[in-house]
Amino acid sequence: MKQLMLGNAAVARGLYEAGCAYVSSYPGTPSTEITETVAKYQEIIAEWAPNEKVAMEAAFGACLAGRRSFCGMKHVGLNVAADPLFTIGYTGVNAGMIIAVADDAGMHSSQNEQDSRHYARASKIPMLEPSDSAEALAFTKLAYELSEQFDTPFIMKMCTRIAHSQSLVETGERVEVQKTYEKNPGKYIMMPGNARKRHPVVEERTRALVQWAETAEINRIEAGSDHSRGIITSSTSYQYVKEVCGDKYPVLKLGMIWPMPEKKIIDFAASVDELVVVEELDSFIEAHCLSLGLKVTGKSLFPCIGEFSQNLVAEKLGMPVPQGEGAVDAAIPARPPVMCAGCPHRGLFYTLAKNKITALGDIGCYTLGAVPPLGALDTTICMGASVSGIHGFTKAQGGAADNRTVAVIGDSTFMHSGVTGLINAVYNESASTIIIVDNSITGMTGHQQNPTTGYNLKGDPCAKIDLETLCRAVGVKRVRVVDPYNLKETEDAIKEELAAPETSVIISRRPCALLKYVKHKKPVVVESDKCRSCRLCMKVGCPAIFMKDGKACIDNTLCTGCGVCTQLCRFDALHEGKED
Amino acid sequence: MNTKNIMIVGVGGQGSLLASKLLGRLLITKGYDVKVSEVHGMSQRGGSVVTYVRYGEKVYSPVIDKGEADFIVSFELLEAARWTEYLREGGRIVTNTQQINPMPVITGAAAYPQELVAKMRDKGVTVDEFNALEKAEAAGSSKAVNIVLMGHLSRYFDFTLEEWMEAIEQSVPAKFLELNKKAFILGREA
Repeated sequence: MKQLMLGNAAVARGLYEAGCAYVSSYPGTPSTEITETVAKYQEIIAEWAPNEKVAMEAAFGACLAGRRSFCGMKHVGLNVAADPLFTIGYTGVNAGMIIAVADDAGMHSSQNEQDSRHYARASKIPMLEPSDSAEALAFTKLAYELSEQFDTPFIMKMCTRIAHSQSLVETGERVEVQKTYEKNPGKYIMMPGNARKRHPVVEERTRALVQWAETAEINRIEAGSDHSRGIITSSTSYQYVKEVCGDKYPVLKLGMIWPMPEKKIIDFAASVDELVVVEELDSFIEAHCLSLGLKVTGKSLFPCIGEFSQNLVAEKLGMPVPQGEGAVDAAIPARPPVMCAGCPHRGLFYTLAKNKITALGDIGCYTLGAVPPLGALDTTICMGASVSGIHGFTKAQGGAADNRTVAVIGDSTFMHSGVTGLINAVYNESASTIIIVDNSITGMTGHQQNPTTGYNLKGDPCAKIDLETLCRAVGVKRVRVVDPYNLKETEDAIKEELAAPETSVIISRRPCALLKYVKHKKPVVVESDKCRSCRLCMKVGCPAIFMKDGKACIDNTLCTGCGVCTQLCRFDALHEGKED
Repeated sequence: MNTKNIMIVGVGGQGSLLASKLLGRLLITKGYDVKVSEVHGMSQRGGSVVTYVRYGEKVYSPVIDKGEADFIVSFELLEAARWTEYLREGGRIVTNTQQINPMPVITGAAAYPQELVAKMRDKGVTVDEFNALEKAEAAGSSKAVNIVLMGHLSRYFDFTLEEWMEAIEQSVPAKFLELNKKAFILGREA
């Protein structure tokens, strides 16, 4: 029976059916649900790794041992894992191996809009690109077959609209695959003498894959009635093209985006008057067509920025665009994401903003500390960049001369790649102050466990990395823990550690207010007659506080009773709610 | 048939996931091709969120574009106004009249616009408006706003009440079943 399935869940189902035995990933929107769904299958060992590089190397080890393996990540995660990626392209696999990468055109939840298709060509590792959940499931199974047939890892390239859309799939049964490991230094020890022999093997493999691509069913031509134009497309762009054009123009839909066929594309181009490529982000298919000497319309017509949609494709192809009732005649204020009521990060960011401290930020929920009214962050680059960056920043400013700069990084992000920066700070005698905002979970991606939480992906209790011990072990002498709900304690700690002439770590510790085990207190109570309308309580940017008739009010459905706002009021108008 | 388009909009955390699950489940039992699309991640933290539900003989795009929606179901008034331009000519908005201030309003940088329902109607849009939060609370939980709104939307579909109830049974935990059924009926009658 057909069922609705999320694209990411369909990849997970494909992994299950294909006999995948080992999964290691790091969460990242929009890729996270693949691994979360896999964790529900008892036949598959599924783990969160501290970062994507570790995940990919662990998955490679599992395929070497003879079991089909998988690692999943978002586009920027593939940057972290790029080192093993380029070399396992040379070694090839034993049992099949799949790497899923999920791009985020439109940057719904990302810091850049990179086009990960370039990684396939650069690392010479073939890449499949599904356009709905049914293909996500089928391509995953196919990728394992091809991985073993051509002796190469395969990349499954997802994007937000495929990963986070549900469409119909039919499920099948699981097969088990077991191969034996045999020592093979020439294939697996990539020292120069061996690697020089493997590179020609890779080039020959690519030529064989191009031949496969020429006749592959997943690179299909869909007939059209009007040959004045032919369209080459893939992924979600294919869906927009079909939505707009139906069967009007012939379409070459590419299921394998690298390597691409040559003769098939040349023949397709010859069968139409004008060749058009519809692809999100960079010129990739178009660049391939140009390399084949074809005349093609691509990025001269379609943008290389942001997501496409059916209306955009219709407009660019000169097809009718639906006209609705139009926009409402009113200034509609934006509704940006905000830190939740009761978020433990709020007290810390309020304190940083109040003291006008320069804060190098990182990747996670706490990036929201950058938005008004807090505006407490100065940078956001990538995972770990706050800890490494502050070291260079303070060194360039002459050590701790200004005593006004901190790094802010989450518990999961610190495990991902913050600890290496901390080692650098200690080793190179930095006066940096690093604040680890430890909310005991990976928050932004939807509550994933990590090495500091004491639970694994399957939800079982496991070893727990102790942040204080870890920081001391790498040589930080000044390590202290504060409760960010206590503003005075937090402010005192920051001032003292900024004044210290050596590397120091403040762990700002409170579990995420959305965690099920976190008990909320009674909502804060306002004594309206004491409120002088000074709006100081509004400076923390809490969605549970609002002004009505000039007086502060509390939204009882949102307030968790964290009490941060009560510490701000100078007129004693805000009180913690009385417990029963 | 042409593809039908339903948008479910609101504020992150209001529970649009259950509403789309309910619709999707019902639509596939009728043999339609169905696509449901939403964005997870950062925007969910109190931001403006949207879920697209599309069904028909063959559905291609997973998203709904401007001028295409047959229905916009909104969990919050400002969000209904924000997404109005996605409605097709002759489409209908079903909105909760509850207001949740976005951060620019909380900080005083912007004002919550007044007379939004009237302004939607000025555009010639058909609007069903009622306080779904009160209905949800009457059913037993402020969290049932989503089912109240689905109950109201159900008036415009050919499915029987039994079919809706069956879909609810398959979509919510047993201990919340009666609450949700009550909320659905209150919405259907609103």
